[in-house]
Amino acid sequence: MSIMEYNGGAVVAMVGKNCVAIACDKRLGVQAMTISTEFPKTFQATPKTYIGLPGLATDVQTLAEKFRFKVNMYKLKEEREIEPRTLAHLVSSTLYERRFGPWFVEPVVAGLDKENRPFICSTDLIGCINFAKDFVVSGTTSNQLYGMCESLWEPDLEPEDLFETISQSLMNAVDRDCLSGWGAQVTIITPDQVITRTLKSRQD
Amino acid sequence: MADRYSFSLTTFSPSGKLVQIEYALSAVNSGVTSIGIKATNGIVIATEKKAVSTLIDDSSLEKVAIICSNVGMVYSGMGPDYRVLVNKARKAAQAYKRVYMEEPPTAILVKEIASVMQEFTQSGGVRPFGVSLLIAGFDEKGPMLYQVDPSGSYWPWKATAIGKNMVNAKTFLEKRYNEDIELEDAIHTAILTLKEGFEGQMTENTIEIGIITGAVSTKDDGAVVLPEFRKLSPSEVKDYLANIA
Repeated sequence: MSIMEYNGGAVVAMVGKNCVAIACDKRLGVQAMTISTEFPKTFQATPKTYIGLPGLATDVQTLAEKFRFKVNMYKLKEEREIEPRTLAHLVSSTLYERRFGPWFVEPVVAGLDKENRPFICSTDLIGCINFAKDFVVSGTTSNQLYGMCESLWEPDLEPEDLFETISQSLMNAVDRDCLSGWGAQVTIITPDQVITRTLKSRQD
Repeated sequence: MADRYSFSLTTFSPSGKLVQIEYALSAVNSGVTSIGIKATNGIVIATEKKAVSTLIDDSSLEKVAIICSNVGMVYSGMGPDYRVLVNKARKAAQAYKRVYMEEPPTAILVKEIASVMQEFTQSGGVRPFGVSLLIAGFDEKGPMLYQVDPSGSYWPWKATAIGKNMVNAKTFLEKRYNEDIELEDAIHTAILTLKEGFEGQMTENTIEIGIITGAVSTKDDGAVVLPEFRKLSPSEVKDYLANIA
């Protein structure tokens, strides 16, 4: 029994043409038993940046609150919104502070910077950042997500096409993982607007 | 020593003043003059390097200090107190960089230094710093010049002077400063302002000048590159001095 697989969950983020998408499943389980189907794992950091937090649910909640605190303090002190790249380093240093007693989450950061350039990255549980140009995956379904994204993703997808691609990647990947699924939430971030859609998937 | 005195040595007088801070300001005002001027495309800060005797090797005396790549600082007042603040400022800048992997914006760094100086007016067993600082930085909001006083209050300036000759220097600057001044002119003006109150011969070894200029640019991966603060070399200072002669 691995602590990272106690609650289950999946998060994926992708880069499109002047847009990014981030998606997660909605299951919360205690090992084999599903106890909630309303536990999304993506959180808004700024109007144009989202953080995905799959892993141990208690740490997901605590870190979501910690990052909300840090991002709000940043905004008050610096009188500007935090950029996605800066947020990624903030996430990394927060995780590394607990190097020898880590938070059991593997976060994903996705957003548009102030020039509306897309940015995504993921980190491991102790803060090693993986900057990617195409997609990042995290959670118990990561292997399946790698397979789906590698096959379906192509560069410069428009927001509507990116939505289809990320949704299909996530839905089909979680169908091969007993600890993830039970609904999905997809957020598309473009320079003009942010749309979050809830998908109905196989409820098993 | 701080554990023996758990009470602050800086206490209020009946009129509501903190006398220790007033005295600290006297220490500042008896120190050598420093100038700071903000131009449209950068900032210049300058000071006199007043050596007590001709036997002093002034090439190794550093008054204008680099805090991080986009921020520099100069002072008027007590040199040893300044050294402590330079170290604290450098550490604060690197601590910020550790968390965010980018240089701190000038205003943030100034707030940090100012709150250190304020701590020493309210903690047990310590005295305020006997320096006023001129901090010059360039961040995404552009060039910013700040003055920080022993009390911990800080103000942004377009052009200012601190130290012995500050009153005359500020009058001089008020006449010569305009909002569209460019850095080359600003350096020229700074040197002339220093010359007003200069005792003795002004050479490239008796003044120190630091500048920051350029533009904010972005690398391909989106990382921001800020202009760098640097001190003028003695030969560069000599060229500027030749132009005003």
